Amino acid sequence: MSDHDTPGGEVARTDGEFGATAVRLDEGHVIGDGGLPDRFENPGLEPHQQRMSDQSEAGAKRAEKQVAALFSLSIIGTIVFVVAYFALDAHAYVFIPGIGDMDYSNAVLGTALAFSLLGIGLGAVHWAKTLMPDEEIVEMRHPMRSSDAARQGVVDTMLDGAEGSQINRRPLIKYTLGGALGLFAIPLGLQLVGGLGPLPKNGLSLTYWNGPIGPDGKPHFKPLRLMRDPENTAIKVSDVTVGSVFHVQPEGLLDMDSGVLEAKAKASVLLMRLPPDTITSRKEIAWGHDGIVAYSKICTHVGCPVGLYEQNTHHLLCPCHQSTFDVTDDCRVIFGPAKRPLPQLKIAVDDEGYLIATQPFREAVGPSFWERGSA
Amino acid sequence: MNALAARRRHPAVLTVLLLVALVATGCAYAAFAPKPAQAATADADQVAQGKKLFQANCATCHGLNGEGTKTGTGDQIAGPPLAGVGAAAVDFQVGTGRMPMAAPGVQAAQGVKGAQFTQTQIDQLAAYVASLGPGPAIPAAADYDYSNADAAKGGELFRVNCAMCHNFAGSGGALTRGKYAPSLATVSPKHIYEILNTGSQAMPVFNDTNLSPDSKREIIAYIKTIHTEPSPGGLKLGSMGPVSEGLFAWVFGLALLIGFAVWLGNKSA
Repeated sequence: MSDHDTPGGEVARTDGEFGATAVRLDEGHVIGDGGLPDRFENPGLEPHQQRMSDQSEAGAKRAEKQVAALFSLSIIGTIVFVVAYFALDAHAYVFIPGIGDMDYSNAVLGTALAFSLLGIGLGAVHWAKTLMPDEEIVEMRHPMRSSDAARQGVVDTMLDGAEGSQINRRPLIKYTLGGALGLFAIPLGLQLVGGLGPLPKNGLSLTYWNGPIGPDGKPHFKPLRLMRDPENTAIKVSDVTVGSVFHVQPEGLLDMDSGVLEAKAKASVLLMRLPPDTITSRKEIAWGHDGIVAYSKICTHVGCPVGLYEQNTHHLLCPCHQSTFDVTDDCRVIFGPAKRPLPQLKIAVDDEGYLIATQPFREAVGPSFWERGSA
Repeated sequence: MNALAARRRHPAVLTVLLLVALVATGCAYAAFAPKPAQAATADADQVAQGKKLFQANCATCHGLNGEGTKTGTGDQIAGPPLAGVGAAAVDFQVGTGRMPMAAPGVQAAQGVKGAQFTQTQIDQLAAYVASLGPGPAIPAAADYDYSNADAAKGGELFRVNCAMCHNFAGSGGALTRGKYAPSLATVSPKHIYEILNTGSQAMPVFNDTNLSPDSKREIIAYIKTIHTEPSPGGLKLGSMGPVSEGLFAWVFGLALLIGFAVWLGNKSA
């Protein structure tokens, strides 16, 4: 790099390539002050610029009129609003360029209210900027501390009060008051925790496919038919042609006395028919019927309904976070944040040719939760 | 002329010139573009005419006899076999301009210029494809007459069966890997009825046992109702939900707030 071992290196060779004026970094350096003064001087305020309204009475008069006009605009807006509220038909439509057809009454009320509010605001700001004093001033800081006498006075007052209440001489009052105030915090916390609802117990692990709840409070399994959502009619195996998708709810779900929506949110199922030779998972074939397979519709990520079935790629897409499941391979996750495949519902055909679920889901449907065990 | 010459270095000149050139090109194209040939005589045998049309326009991908072809690179399908897809599928695919496809791609999009054949030619093509194997027929006008259908019931069916892909208002939405569900605003009742029966590309089949003909008419009534109903609030922003509405609020609302903040902070003199 360099023939001379110089501490500062060199920025340019001195052999004439850049002329004789090139200076080495370690030569000709003067220790300077970087242009910083020893002490900053207070620059003071900029010279005050007078406004039109300060310079002439005519200018001030004009500003006054402008402010009054803005306030009048607000008054007119308010009056128009009140009149339009009663006078206009609430269901008439009008074409507004750039917006299209919209409710006449909505358009007038909204515009009038906008002028009514904006007029006040614009008027106030314009008033402040044109007529209110705008002389730059400096307010010096003043000490925050009160005088010693005032501080001592507060302490004396407090001590006098404590002495007068006899709290130090009567410990019974002191401790019961402390206890009362301390316990008073409990109901507040109790409401907060109690408002989180009952403990879930095993409710998140069971779905309506586990069977209706019996008198003993436990589900009793029986094979349930797969019903169309929302028609609630049973599905014949011959109804499900290749490329079809059915949205399914369990038989009897709508007969529940309460909690129908909560139960439906766990038990919703998507029924699809694929060409049987496209399915690669043996368990999926065994749990289905001739290419008809049923999978939970509840995403294993955060529980959105996975409804976007593409019949040409056999992908199931969740609309919330784009988790994608491969229906040909037991709904394996092929894209997105979901970590587990969708649980499969084992189906068969009953004597009358309707599709039934021969066992409940073998794992909890939907997203992970604390008591689920395996992630 | 002097006024024009004086403004020739105005910053807007480039934009204006570009716009003028684009409009002129568009008008010239519309004037000189080749028009599709008129239909052959109606007396000719439909199937025979359809076969001719098919071999001229469809056989490259679907095979000379509609048996389908695969691409040279493995088992990728260039055109699916057509035996059994039915006349309804042809009427939908060709009638909406999806077929013939302009170029191979992840999705055959609705034709921007509409159908590339006359309805007579489409009927001939449909008759030929229907002769390859039994499939859903083109529905009669009474099948998709939704004038007496219950739009509210259709809304319920739409939200369960259609809304996850086509959006609650039928505005369409994204699917995986570049595919998308199109907007339903301009699809004719006949084409809606047909695609429900036949399925198309990513869209599954909703046969008459899944959605009965009554249900199909109710769904059509719902789609047509929401697209003809005026919007009391004015601008619909594409009925896309919080994304377009949020973008509008952020861009215009925030710009307005910043404008006022600058005005408030300026010195008055």
